[in-house]
Amino acid sequence: MMFNDHLPIYTQIMDIIKQRIVSGALREGEKLPSVRDLSTELKVNPNTIQRSYQELEREGFVFTQRGMGTFVTEDKEYIAKLKDYMATTLVKNFMIEMKALGFEVKQVIELINQQIKEEQ
Amino acid sequence: MDYIIEIKELSKQYFNKKALNNISINIEKGKIIGILGPNGSGKTTLIKIITGILRQSKGEIKIDGKTPGVYTKSIVSYLPDRNFLYPWMNIKDAIAFYKDFYKDFDEKKAYELLDFMKLNSKSKISSLSKGMTEKLNLALVLSRKAKVYVLDEPIAGVDPVARDQILNAIIENYNKDSTMIITTHLVRDMESIFEDIIFLKEGEVFLARNAEELREERKMQIDDLYKEIFG
Repeated sequence: MMFNDHLPIYTQIMDIIKQRIVSGALREGEKLPSVRDLSTELKVNPNTIQRSYQELEREGFVFTQRGMGTFVTEDKEYIAKLKDYMATTLVKNFMIEMKALGFEVKQVIELINQQIKEEQ
Repeated sequence: MDYIIEIKELSKQYFNKKALNNISINIEKGKIIGILGPNGSGKTTLIKIITGILRQSKGEIKIDGKTPGVYTKSIVSYLPDRNFLYPWMNIKDAIAFYKDFYKDFDEKKAYELLDFMKLNSKSKISSLSKGMTEKLNLALVLSRKAKVYVLDEPIAGVDPVARDQILNAIIENYNKDSTMIITTHLVRDMESIFEDIIFLKEGEVFLARNAEELREERKMQIDDLYKEIFG
């Protein structure tokens, strides 16, 4: 896996896991891959993966069961909140960039509608 | 802090050419460390001093508290940047040869690693491709129960499949009790497995830091930083 962002790798891995959680690829209460397994899957230092898991735990998205591994939180509401937050952030950033390109809100909505039609 | 390697004001001179100039670094136990720098930056000289092949001109180096010698060689497992096996051997002979040579060699583990690397123990060394040779050499080096593994350019010139197998073998065999020191100029391919990075420039330590801290601070990946420093 190539990491191209201007961010440390552990935050990029946190984002990958958050995505898997909100998309339902990882369900509530489900076990995360072991540090070693994710480490070989992504070709990343095990200590970096460990750090991602620790930070995700600190943020409340996963919890550790001693000797059993790391699991996705069982709090559905919390996951829904994360999903909302991630979507809002995406939309916010999108609007900032569209405004920077000189688009008016009306034009942005038109463009989105056009795109939706094309995808259908 | 628990240092496995302590280097103090180390210099190496070949006649009037300075290969290493007054280097001081401490390497922590249980980490994978990348030594990065272009050709001629002193990487190989430093590695040869750590592995006890060369002696420094000035300064001090301690490995597990001892100066390089019989003891340090017994705890340092070294992958040179070229094949070190005789072409007339087959893989099985190579394993027997290694077992003879090193007390800490784990034969069972060697066969497991061969399997992992998809190598056949009956193959002749002379018939192996570059990638296969590299994988075999690495399998032998990782089969020693060493405190320090020194890998010089472990993925140079191998295809992407072999590269992934090599990276996985390194990750799978890394543990908290051992330290891995790896040199490479293929920074993009390897940077994510390093915990700490040492940049060598013209025989001096240009920068030595935790990789994630560097990414956070410089807002770039190590590969881009490498290009900025040496480009």
